[in-house]
Amino acid sequence: MHEHDVIVVGAGGAGLRAAIAAQEEGADVAIVSKLHPVRSHTGAAEGGINAALREGDSWEQHAYDTMKGSDYLGDAPAIETLCQDSPEEVIQLEHWGLAFSRDEDGRMSQRPFGGMSFPRTTYAGAETGHQLLHTMYEQLVKRGIQVYDEWYVTRLAVSDEEDPTERDCHGVVAYDIKSGGLDAFHARDGVILATGGPGQVFDHTTNAVANTGDGPAMAYRAGVPLEDMEFIQFHPTTLPSTGVLITEGVRGEGGILYNKDGERFMFEHGYANNDGELASRDVVSRAELTEVNEGRGIEDEYVHLDMRHLGEERIIDRLENIVHLAEDFEGVDPLEQPMPVKPGQHYAMGGIETDENGETCISGLYAAGECACASVHGSNRLGGNALPELTVFGKRAGRHAAGGDLGTAKIETGKRGDWEVGEVDTPVEPGDVSAPGEDVVADGSGGTAASSGGSLSPDEYVQRALDVERERVQSLLEKEEGRQHAEIRADVQKSMTRNVNVFREESGLKQALRDIRDAREKYEDVYVADKSSTFNTDLIQTIETRNVLDLAEAITLGALARDEFRGAHWRRENQERRDEVWLKHTMLSWEDGRPDLWYRPVVLEGENKTYEPKVRSY
Amino acid sequence: MSTQVPEQTEEESSADTESQSQSQSAAQQARMQKKRDRAAERDRQKEAEEAEKASSEDDTYLLKVFRYDPEVEGKQKPRFDEFHVPYHQGMTVLDALMYARDEYDSSLTFRHSCRQAVCGSDALFVNGRQRLGCKTQLSDLEEPVRIEPLPHQEVVKDLVVDMEHFYDQMHAVEPYFQTNDLPEGEQLQSRENREKIKMSTRCIWCGACASSCNIAAGDNKYLGPAAINKAYRFTMDEREGEDMKEHRMEILEQEHGVWRCQTQFSCTEVCPKDIPLTEHIQELKREAVKNNLKFW
Repeated sequence: MHEHDVIVVGAGGAGLRAAIAAQEEGADVAIVSKLHPVRSHTGAAEGGINAALREGDSWEQHAYDTMKGSDYLGDAPAIETLCQDSPEEVIQLEHWGLAFSRDEDGRMSQRPFGGMSFPRTTYAGAETGHQLLHTMYEQLVKRGIQVYDEWYVTRLAVSDEEDPTERDCHGVVAYDIKSGGLDAFHARDGVILATGGPGQVFDHTTNAVANTGDGPAMAYRAGVPLEDMEFIQFHPTTLPSTGVLITEGVRGEGGILYNKDGERFMFEHGYANNDGELASRDVVSRAELTEVNEGRGIEDEYVHLDMRHLGEERIIDRLENIVHLAEDFEGVDPLEQPMPVKPGQHYAMGGIETDENGETCISGLYAAGECACASVHGSNRLGGNALPELTVFGKRAGRHAAGGDLGTAKIETGKRGDWEVGEVDTPVEPGDVSAPGEDVVADGSGGTAASSGGSLSPDEYVQRALDVERERVQSLLEKEEGRQHAEIRADVQKSMTRNVNVFREESGLKQALRDIRDAREKYEDVYVADKSSTFNTDLIQTIETRNVLDLAEAITLGALARDEFRGAHWRRENQERRDEVWLKHTMLSWEDGRPDLWYRPVVLEGENKTYEPKVRSY
Repeated sequence: MSTQVPEQTEEESSADTESQSQSQSAAQQARMQKKRDRAAERDRQKEAEEAEKASSEDDTYLLKVFRYDPEVEGKQKPRFDEFHVPYHQGMTVLDALMYARDEYDSSLTFRHSCRQAVCGSDALFVNGRQRLGCKTQLSDLEEPVRIEPLPHQEVVKDLVVDMEHFYDQMHAVEPYFQTNDLPEGEQLQSRENREKIKMSTRCIWCGACASSCNIAAGDNKYLGPAAINKAYRFTMDEREGEDMKEHRMEILEQEHGVWRCQTQFSCTEVCPKDIPLTEHIQELKREAVKNNLKFW
């Protein structure tokens, strides 16, 4: 058994920032990650990092833009924290040597991004995430922080009180991918989940193949609610054949969207008469798909993004990476031709419910970055707000887990205080095919697993989690035949892209739930063909697939329950925002192998002001 | 040790000084031009191939994939497996491997994640050259497509190699920004200086360069092109002071540092991010020479 004060799961931007902060607070910290840190998906972020750094800008304006962009589903204490802390974090990254793009006078450059009232997106060409990931990893090396890389965390060691808000997290269980051994990690002070987005729930996504939502799925099964899962961001400019992202920076620099008839449709068809291409991402994604659906798309699939008029010099200076991506992955030279683009899954606004200090309702369990939902993005994230989220909340989670005093959180977590029961009609029973009892089952369900019948010591909880996980892996490997994960995963991904995409309707959402049910039944019979204990990716992907199933179901259930149109969530039958009913977060808790739906009101009271919902127009 | 400067290096140095006098953006434009030419060439090839394909019924690609598993009996002896993968336009080597794994043999093992050339985990030896699987179009390759793990690295299983030594070398150059006097707010950096280090910051740690380097293959202690490039990134950053530059040069001038490079350009040729690695190494050699001539 390994032992540390703080265990960080995941080594992308949020995980690295959390580890550095925890160590600065004096903790013995270790990172456990299924990828080596420099392989993390943060490296694929392109556009930039928002921070009110300049005269004429202020954190208050940044907060206002973010609240409006969220379509009033963000929690003010979290948004204000994001905007207040971000400038300091960007300066910190600069002090760590990050090679930001520079103005003539040597200061960091900033550019306009969608939904922002000031050009406050600081960037490093079109490879900001790559620079950020490597800069933070360098700091990790400098500090000698221990990394268990290529160790896949498969279970949280959580105590089993009836009420999740009384549970404690004592550590994690992880599988050593290189040797095939399972081991336990006891965290004396806290576990921080920083496992990234769940993009692999969809088949057309900008997300890495590793982004299977492991953190949210584990936290969910251990008793932490998932918040606002229906809000999935579709990025309006991804390459049609691969889902590779073309940064919003292209539009920020002046790139133009055209339909088949050469019309600049954002204006000519009135989607955003003021902001045009720089309207919020949800607005542009819907505009593009509407063009395609009305027969004005190219090859009935995509639209064109043209940046040729910017001139080669400016393109090479600020967007060079895009030239290579378009060429290598779509075979188009964007200096000579417009790029084909269409919306693709890009970001999950929802995730593990946390407060503004990164803590969940389970004591000692934290989450930060895309896997978490401190609720800074509400129903739609503005471009350039993901990277400050990583650093701001990564740092806060790290400090808090290591015992730093961040003050009392204003956002409540878990079923405490002000919440209401939810109800939704589903065509099939969601949740486990057979709700788990005392038995350990190979599919990883069962959350806190066998009841102890009394309280155990932290070490015993960790040991018990390890035993449960050993049985699970063993039974997956012992099974000689059955279904393969790849088929199950692909079926769910296809159904999600067909039915839970930019445009949603009740019948499609119900179909997705039936497909997920079908996949769950097949998963009961899953087996691992590769019996090797060396680098067994077959086993890893089988375990990941179970996580994909749980998250796909949570996303779809939330989408079915929310019969209104807000931010990224559009419903054919309900095409207006209904503040009188829906100014609240969708919550899902895993209880006895079944999702339980409930709601919590949005917190619109900030430090000095209350944000009044207004019509969102661009 | 600087007395051992090989002649060839000095020649290289003067050649490099010339190219250095051109602006960075000219060098970049030349690279872009090269890329465009390549793309045009690829388009022509593709058209020809597609015409050919349309006339034949066979639109699959034959892969010959290296297999080895130390744990499983019957797989302990290295061998090549053949997979016939149905081709679709735009298919990459990584797509083909994933197809083979998901449809034919789920034990086929390789690292991959972002599939957009930025995580650096799927560097492979494809048809005799180090490449990223995700950004290599099948249509650019001759059949059969032979896929092997990176040469000169210990094989863990199938196409997965042990990267520990590579990481150790990266860590050996103190790969982190170091400066003593930080201002209250941001440090200034000139556009020219940022431009100078820009290419060096693009490294994704894929290991293709180190695997292609004959010297690194023969000298386990040689820092290798990736680590030297990482050191270049900091040495040339004007935000680090002169003291630190001297300290970095000491690391680079060690016996197994920059002088080991024999300017064979193989690292530069295979780098999937077009980093002019050899140029960077040569520039550091020049710095070292300048430093050692300071008694003048």
